[in-house]
Amino acid sequence: MKEILDLYLAFLRIGFVNFGGGYAMLPLLEKDLVTKRGWTTMDKLTDYYAIGQCTPGVIALNVSTFIGYSRKGIPGAITATLGFLTGPIMIILAIAAFLTNFAEIPAVQHAFAGIRVCVCVLILNAILKLRKKSVPDRVSFIVYLAVFLLTAFSALLPFAIPAAGLVIGAGIFGIFFGKSDDEMKKGGAA
Amino acid sequence: MNVLLQLVLQFAKTGLFAVGGGLATLPFLYEMSDATGWFTHADIADMIAISESTPGAIGINMSTYAGYQTAGFLGGLCATLGLALPSVIIIIIVAQFLDRFSTNKYVQRAFYGLRPASLAMVTAALLNVVRVALVDLSVWNGVSSIFSVLRPIPIVLACALFFAMKKLKWHPIVFLGISALIGIALKL
Repeated sequence: MKEILDLYLAFLRIGFVNFGGGYAMLPLLEKDLVTKRGWTTMDKLTDYYAIGQCTPGVIALNVSTFIGYSRKGIPGAITATLGFLTGPIMIILAIAAFLTNFAEIPAVQHAFAGIRVCVCVLILNAILKLRKKSVPDRVSFIVYLAVFLLTAFSALLPFAIPAAGLVIGAGIFGIFFGKSDDEMKKGGAA
Repeated sequence: MNVLLQLVLQFAKTGLFAVGGGLATLPFLYEMSDATGWFTHADIADMIAISESTPGAIGINMSTYAGYQTAGFLGGLCATLGLALPSVIIIIIVAQFLDRFSTNKYVQRAFYGLRPASLAMVTAALLNVVRVALVDLSVWNGVSSIFSVLRPIPIVLACALFFAMKKLKWHPIVFLGISALIGIALKL
């Protein structure tokens, strides 16, 4: 029971400060769940993000559900999800009820301009940290570059590729041209 | 049909079909607005602004807000839980599958492709935040204006934060709080 409560409180805290969407949550997860509590690893988090991108729903929620499940099975999955949702629900209900022009308050706008700068640096640090494990060799770098260009410059393409399509494509590419953990250790080609 | 049940069902549909993050929910929200009249298109635009200035994903925020507009506090709760329900079920199924097959060679190979793809999308997301936070594209005026679009104060702040985070192992929340205060003080 205590573990379930801990799970709820950990995600409650993350939900309250998760500015900037699912990706900005990564540094918070790293600090709170990887470094401080040892509940998961950065490698696993990357896997959860990859899956969270090609399954339906909000990425931040999907990742929360995943971590909750890996800790405590189905009750854990539900607990982590509810914990993560609590903060945003309370904040939006408060804004909807009392602060209809919240986003137009100058101090709020300035504060968030500052927060966005910090979010840039937090995401950059997360990328630098994940780089080695996620992009270990040349083949995986090609996947990285291709997906990055197709995502970042999707507006220039004559057709739209949904993010889920890219992720699924990368997975299929991996099955044919990738390496399993054993194959990586041996350093042999797939 | 009971309006709360309708909220759960409508947002569960959004949660089931919106793949790839908060903005993917927008087309469903516009459709819901037209079909039910629960909230207006202007409400959706307001909500995008609010989502950019509160914690939480835009999809979650929108469901809470729309539910509240439609049926008060309980409505906000029902809509949000409805949005989360399909993905929770799907993730639990996927997680069980992974538990069983994580040592499978082909599953591992799939992840070899998934990891760089995931990191690439994080990088693209970073670019989006940088575009809003560190540069001002409204003064873009051909390639020769490349330096004038850079906003010096946020860029200096970003560099300072980068080195501060390297030296000081503070919690990210502390840095977020300090950045908010600096934003207010300098009227960023």
